[in-house]
Amino acid sequence: MFKSDLMARTAATAAMLLASGAAFAEQARSEYNMPPGVTEISREVYGLHNAVLVVMCVIAVLVFGAMFYSIFAHRRSKNPKPADFHESVAVEIAWTIIPFFILIGLAIPAAGTLIKMEDTRNAELTVKVTGFQWGWKYEYVGEDYEFVSMLAADSNKARQLGSGIDPKSVPNYLWEVTNPLVLPVGQKVRFLITAQDVIHAWWVHDLAVKKDAIPGYINEAWTKIDEAGTFHGVCAELCGRDHGFMPIVVKALPETEFKTWLAQKKGVDVAALGKAPPVAETEPVATTTETAPAPVEVAAVAAAAEPAKDLGKDELMANGKKVYETNCAACHQASGAGLPPNFPSLIGSKVVTGPALAHAQHTIKGKGLMPPFGNLSDADMAAVLTYQRNSWGNKASVVQPAEVAAARK
Amino acid sequence: MATAHAHDAHGHDDHHHGPEKGIMRWIKTTNHKDLGTLYLVFAFTMFFIGGLMSLVIRAELFQPGLQFVDPEFFNSMTTLHALVMIFGGVMPAFTGLANWMVPMMIGAGDLALPRVNNWGFWILPFAFALLLSTLFMPGGAPAGGWTMYPPLVLQTGDAFPFLIFAIHLMGISSITGAINVVVTILNMRAPGMTLLKMPLFVWTWLITAYLLIATMPVLAGAVTMLLTDKYFGTSFFTASGGGDPVMFQHIFWFFGHPEVYILILPAFGIVSTIIPTFARKPLFGYDSMVYATASIGFLSFIVWAHHMFTVGMPLAAELFFMFSTMLIAVPTGVKVFNWVATMWKGSMTFETPMLFALGFVFLFTVGGFSGLMLAITPVDFQYHDTYFVVAHFHYVLVPGAVFSIIAAVYYWMPKWSGVMYNEFLGKLHFWLSAIFINVTFFPQHFLGLAGMQRRVPDYNVMFSDFNVVSSVGAFAFFIAQFIFIGNMLYCMFAKRTGKVPARVWEGAHGLEWSVPSPAPYHTFEDPPMVGADGEPVKTAHAAAH
Repeated sequence: MFKSDLMARTAATAAMLLASGAAFAEQARSEYNMPPGVTEISREVYGLHNAVLVVMCVIAVLVFGAMFYSIFAHRRSKNPKPADFHESVAVEIAWTIIPFFILIGLAIPAAGTLIKMEDTRNAELTVKVTGFQWGWKYEYVGEDYEFVSMLAADSNKARQLGSGIDPKSVPNYLWEVTNPLVLPVGQKVRFLITAQDVIHAWWVHDLAVKKDAIPGYINEAWTKIDEAGTFHGVCAELCGRDHGFMPIVVKALPETEFKTWLAQKKGVDVAALGKAPPVAETEPVATTTETAPAPVEVAAVAAAAEPAKDLGKDELMANGKKVYETNCAACHQASGAGLPPNFPSLIGSKVVTGPALAHAQHTIKGKGLMPPFGNLSDADMAAVLTYQRNSWGNKASVVQPAEVAAARK
Repeated sequence: MATAHAHDAHGHDDHHHGPEKGIMRWIKTTNHKDLGTLYLVFAFTMFFIGGLMSLVIRAELFQPGLQFVDPEFFNSMTTLHALVMIFGGVMPAFTGLANWMVPMMIGAGDLALPRVNNWGFWILPFAFALLLSTLFMPGGAPAGGWTMYPPLVLQTGDAFPFLIFAIHLMGISSITGAINVVVTILNMRAPGMTLLKMPLFVWTWLITAYLLIATMPVLAGAVTMLLTDKYFGTSFFTASGGGDPVMFQHIFWFFGHPEVYILILPAFGIVSTIIPTFARKPLFGYDSMVYATASIGFLSFIVWAHHMFTVGMPLAAELFFMFSTMLIAVPTGVKVFNWVATMWKGSMTFETPMLFALGFVFLFTVGGFSGLMLAITPVDFQYHDTYFVVAHFHYVLVPGAVFSIIAAVYYWMPKWSGVMYNEFLGKLHFWLSAIFINVTFFPQHFLGLAGMQRRVPDYNVMFSDFNVVSSVGAFAFFIAQFIFIGNMLYCMFAKRTGKVPARVWEGAHGLEWSVPSPAPYHTFEDPPMVGADGEPVKTAHAAAH
């Protein structure tokens, strides 16, 4: 009886601390503490964090208080004759049992939250997340729509060794991507998380979701976002050279806007594959997440719509440089010299200076450590191939979008 | 130090028992004191190299953007920093202390297996030559993290087999040291030195040695499987071949978590020796300290998966590992309470070893608090692989394990060398270290909570301020250690005046204080009789010759 009463009381204390934790949550996002986040779970986690922190601080004050009092009062100049006591079974039992009950008080609410976090049933939307070196692929399961998301071009340029670009001048340095993951507000979204090469971890702080992406495994996680907004995340598991440069951006839209967005996206892509009329302008890949319909797709439409048109070499080279810096330079370096042995040099490389068809297929399908880049439009692919084949002393043929389209078959 | 006390030994010892001359003395020595010195010199050399690597890391992180190194080299630095500090610094330093002190504390003439002892030490320079040579190899040094998770580690270039064989050698060295400690403690205690009369340092090392013997072969097995996966076509950890990359993490952390306690239990022993000396009061709750150490040793085998809460374990496993991990707070708390109770109503003075021991109790406990926070699984999802974790384990390893090693060296150096260190410089060293270690690591708690992930060479500008503070602290801490090096070199090479008494500290107890300072080359060739108080009983054969 006594024991269960004590447990109930410790649980009540913990609940009180949780409530005080929730009071913290009203404050703005801080540089010092965890963000409360935008889901019920993330707020619970935040409350738990604050509760444990408070308990630890109280214990610290008591223990360190006793210690520093003793250091002050029991120094030799004040207390020249030391006492001789050196054991007390009662005291030992007390300070074994009391911490034990404090721990139980913490463990009960923690277990409750954990059980909720692991319940991925009844999701309204499922997104498959695949990590690769170094970016993320998102697939809306059952919607037949997927895309790749990598570090945005301006961050990627600024983060090169000795780039000379001040990171402060880049908006959201290292936190922007080419294509954000768009999710609906208020719906339970399930994530199926895996990887294609090494282990990554998909982490969005404001959603309190962190799950390892492991090749050969499909891990589950879920979220239900309460408010529209843009939330930044990163890869949390060391995954090689550019581990620090594969961010995540989640853009939460109200449900109807999300539906429109998805339909539009699928429509655009269907059009891109078929014979839709060309969209006004061909914008190169420099992309920010703030504009919802990512221009990459717009470019894809334009390129696919005019497959027959041959582009001039200068035009291809100029666009190719941009595409290269966004997609290839991380491994093969802006200088084309690569980082042997894992990332081979493209200078004088047999693939790059060989037949255009093989070069295109290699890039579309990927090989070994190199991920597939089939998501690039024909125009971008043609440009980047041309750029590789005619830079750093390489001299090989110009590649046209039509040749890329042929290589896809 | 060594040559000089060798001369002293010649003064009143059999000549043919003295050490050889010159370099061959150190290569061929089987003397526990010589090997203890070698281990300690090796460990501090590795602390210096590992420290330089951390400065590369902190220099790159001083500002956002990449200023100095390529990200791949940065990853090599974090990987090697960890391996060098853990296997080259802390573990050999503790083995060195065990070499010097365990025989002297239990009244034995030497370790039980002196030739194995020599072999165990001389493996280490080769192991680290192999490991550090990878810095000059095509493809660079290992950069997959000290945890060596596949499949990433399998992308390592020519350095890969060197990494694996270096780990094998370090493991063999640790196992030989551990076996030596166990055999010595169980068989060579002086008459009257019952198990529950042994100094706590001996107890904690005995338990540490069992942890080493139990876990090092597990690590060796894991890295051997990595080797065959890379070169011999097996697929232990390769999903495409039917293997399981998560299995490596389970095996690794089954080694890795007891390893954490290997790095801290001897520190508990050191602090439990130093605090009673300077509080002039016996250790509070000796028996409960022994039982708490044993409990921590046992629990260390059933908590490993708390390092991998995010890999997607079943809910039941996550709950089990959360509860078992929280449980470790109980015996650890008992230890801290016992240390405070030892100080209570004592008559304390604050010489350098005591300052470092008190710094240990305070800052290790801070690391313990963040450790308990990390045990709470749902919150761990937010902390995991962020700078919060980096702050946590550096709090328990630097002001924890490393402070205890520094405290031990100050405490016993006058006994080893017969020269008292400079107290003013020692105190200066403590205050600079204590201040700057907090400047370095405390802001990292904030960085982690605000969302900065670990093992990255670059970060969003939001994290700039705390990274500047942390880098400044790291450089200042490193520079402050030169005071220590100078102070210790002085003790090793200054002229002996013979004024250092056998009992260097008035409150010190134990057999080591019954032999002269510096300790003769051979001690306790005739085992002393140990009385009920743990001190030698005065007989015709007085403590030492």
